[in-house]
Parts: sequence; C-alpha cells; structure tokens
Amino acid sequence: MAQLSPLERWVLTLLGTIGFFAIWQGVAASGLVSHNALPTPAEVLATAWQLSFEPFAGHTLLQHLAASLGRFAMGFGLAALVGVPLGLAMGRWRLLDDIVSPIFEMLRFVAPLAWVPFAALWFGTGIGGPVMVIFAGALPPCLINAYRGAKLVEPRIVEAAQVLGASGPRIMAEVLLPGSLPSIVAGLRVSAGLAWQSLIGAELIVASAGIGYVMVQAQSNLAPSIVMAGMLAVGVIGLALDVALRRTETLVKARWGQA
Amino acid sequence: MKDIRFEGIGKAFPTRGGGQFVALDDVTLTVAEREFVAVVGPSGSGKTTLMRMAAGLDHPTSGQVAVGGKRVTAPGPDRAVVFQQFALFPWKTVRENIAFGLRCQGAPRAKQDEVVARYLRLMNMEGTEDRYPHQLSGGMQQRVAIARSYAIEPDVLLMDEPFGALDAQTRTVMQEELVRLTRREPRTTLFITHAVEEAVYLSDRVVVLARDPGRLREIVDIRPTRIAEGWDEMAIDAVMDLPSFTHLRTHVWRLLRDQIRPDD
Repeated sequence: MAQLSPLERWVLTLLGTIGFFAIWQGVAASGLVSHNALPTPAEVLATAWQLSFEPFAGHTLLQHLAASLGRFAMGFGLAALVGVPLGLAMGRWRLLDDIVSPIFEMLRFVAPLAWVPFAALWFGTGIGGPVMVIFAGALPPCLINAYRGAKLVEPRIVEAAQVLGASGPRIMAEVLLPGSLPSIVAGLRVSAGLAWQSLIGAELIVASAGIGYVMVQAQSNLAPSIVMAGMLAVGVIGLALDVALRRTETLVKARWGQA
Repeated sequence: MKDIRFEGIGKAFPTRGGGQFVALDDVTLTVAEREFVAVVGPSGSGKTTLMRMAAGLDHPTSGQVAVGGKRVTAPGPDRAVVFQQFALFPWKTVRENIAFGLRCQGAPRAKQDEVVARYLRLMNMEGTEDRYPHQLSGGMQQRVAIARSYAIEPDVLLMDEPFGALDAQTRTVMQEELVRLTRREPRTTLFITHAVEEAVYLSDRVVVLARDPGRLREIVDIRPTRIAEGWDEMAIDAVMDLPSFTHLRTHVWRLLRDQIRPDD
C-alpha cells in the first residue's frame, strides 16, 4: 500500500469521527433503542454544555473535572516520586532489586479497581482513598521503566562516576536519571493513562465530587445523557493528556538521541 | 603520592562444567610512587582485571591489592581511572565532565573553574568547554577523560587501553601529550595496553604477562635507557628510530610472540 500523506491521514481521522457520530445518531433516532437508554449525540453535547453552568450533584462539570484532575495529579505525582527513584535504585543495587522485586511482581497484578475496598478501608472515601487507588494504578510503569532505563545505562559511565568519588544519591541524580530519561518519560506517559483510568474507577465508588461521582449520580437519577457527557469528558481529557505527554516524549527522545 | 602493591593476586571464575578458569595466578608486583608502569599481555592474560582490582571495581579471589599501604576494597578518589571507551557523561559539557570529581569532593566553584581552565590549557582544548562529548572527535573525548581524571589530583592513575579506540595518527599525538603531562605532573600510573611500542615509549617499566593462567612473565626496565638518551625531550618518531628503542621493543615483542598460538 502506498504511504499516506499527512493530509490524507487527517481526512481519514475526520471521516472516522464523523462516521462514528453518524451511526450513533442513526441508531438513536431509529427508535430501535429506547430513548431513555441512548440519547443522541446532540443531546449529550447539549447536556455537557448545560452542566458547565448548572450545578449537578453539587458542582458544575468544570468543578467536578477540577476535583478529578487534582486527585489525578496527586496520585500520579506520588507514583512518579516513589516509582522513579525506587526503580533507578533497584536497577543499580542488586540487593534492593532482590528485596523489592518479588513483592512488587505480585502486587502489580492486583488491578487498580481491586484496590478500591482496601483503599476505602484504610484511607477513607475523602482524598486518601482515591489517591491510593490512582497511585496503585500509576506506579508499575514508573517503576518498571526507570528500572529498565537504569539497567541500560552504560556500566562504564556508572563506574566512572564511582571512581571520581560520586555518592549513591549523586549517581542516581546525575548519572542514572539523565541516562534513563527517555525510558522514564515513556513510562510516565503510560502511567498517566493508567492513572486517569484508575481515577474514574476510584471515583465511581468512593468520591463525593469528581467526574466519576457525577456519572454514578446520573445513573441513579436515570439520566443517560449526563452519564454519556461524563464519558465524553473523560475521553477528551484522557486524549489531551496523552497527546501532551507524547509530545514531551518525542522532544526528550530527540534531544537525548544525539547525546 | 602512593604506591600500588599487588601481593599474590589470584582470580578464578567457576566454569559451567564445575571446574574453574584461572584468570590470574599469584601475581606480585609493585608500582613505586610516581612510577609509570605499562602492562602488556595477550588477550586473556587478565591485564584489565589487574587494573580493575587496583581501582576497587573488581576483587581478587586470593591475595590483596594495597594502595599507599591501605588495602583496596572499593573505588575511591585517590585512584582515578581512564577507560578505553572514554566513559564521559554524554549529558554534561566538557567543563562539567572535568569538574565532576571536584564537585563530588565539594570543592568551591572558583577552584573548579581554575582546575578546568588549567587542564583545558594543558590538553590544548581551550574553547571546547561548553561542547558536549558527542560534538568532539575521539581524540578530544579521550583528552577530556584524561583531564577529568587528573582534575581530582589522584595519587594513582589507572589507564585501561586509553588509546585503543583512536586512529593511528591521533594515537601518536596522544602518546606524546601523555608523556608531556606525566613528566610535568608525575603520578603513580598503571597503564594497560596491548601495543608494545606504546608501552615501551611511555613507561619506566614494562610488565609482560603470560596467559592461561595469567602470570607475571618478565619485567623489562626502560627507565635507565630513557634517562640516558633523553627520550622525553625528543619527538616520538625520533625515539622510535633509536636502536635502543628498537632493541627493547623487539625484546618485549618476543616475550609476547612465544605465547601466540595458531588459532589467534
């Protein structure tokens, strides 16, 4: 197949999006599905617009989103702050690797949603519980990528730092961290995606404000257009996060690639 | 200044068949203060392992290495290493690379700047301080690595085939510059190489190792001839044309040639 030009690819993207909404509109308008279960795209967009000004479940849509983004930032930030240094240290010191790896390998198979009951019991349904769930979802990629990155740093460079008298923390900060930055940034991107997904899961059950909470409230109010407006908001923000982090990743790789 | 003492050094690795491979066997050797000793040997004679033990990056299975009378257990800034593949920090500029060891010691900024400037001058690299390693030629990169090691003013310099990755011309220039630098700032130096001419030209003594197992074969004294004929004041090609140089080189070469087998 011939290579597509950027313009042709944009056209395809646009066609796909239009097609999706057209099918949705067609099914909703046909009467095959109850209107109470599937509102039309126009209705969902109108609802999203309306929720931006009129409070639902105590707050406007933007306030809910702000609450969600705050939790996301805390859980994701915490995961990066713990996962990256721990991963680097495990990549460097075999002893630490041997101690932490088995526990980590077991815990990472506990899905973020499966942390919900534990998180609610230990940290409550306020700020702590949801942040804990997000942290659990976001930690593995941070840690694994930092670990792999540290393993790939040229051993001679680490030895050079050692013989010049660098301490352990200095080797981490000035050798392992810059040496594995491309890998770490790739891990952060995956981690942010997982954090955002875990957040919605956490909020479905534990929060008192936030986009997940909106969707649960709308479900019990039998308001499908609000549920779907929530899904739309989640999707759009997730996509925006991913695009931003992908840009950063490309930038870091381009700058580091030549070094 | 400190000396290096290898006392009855042995290094063995277990092999898959349950036996063991002896890389070094009972090597005893002293590098005196401010002495430049080159170690030559066929591959598999354990010469790099010997250097790594002095650095504290590798450990003997028997015997011990002492630097300045103190047993070596870990790397330390009294012993600097120059690696074959330069091992510069790619994300640091020339200036930052050279100053790295001083920063680890907590030296004030003014002192760092002064030392960096001095070695840039000594190694003929003024004007490169803000470049990154990948923007420099191989020869320039190795100059930075040598400057980085000298900058911490180590008692002992350990060099592992530092010119092995350079082309022939650059190599000759670097050999001359190293002689200039070491005569100006003599340090106890252990220089690993497989190039016989380089070993004879640079050093006070040449240590020849045998392999399977790695053992001390002979130590050839170069210093008396070097002093008597004033090699240090001569150009490298002039030295290499001297009958005395050719004689020493051939002697070392014969010691090595005996060990080379048809399958090499």
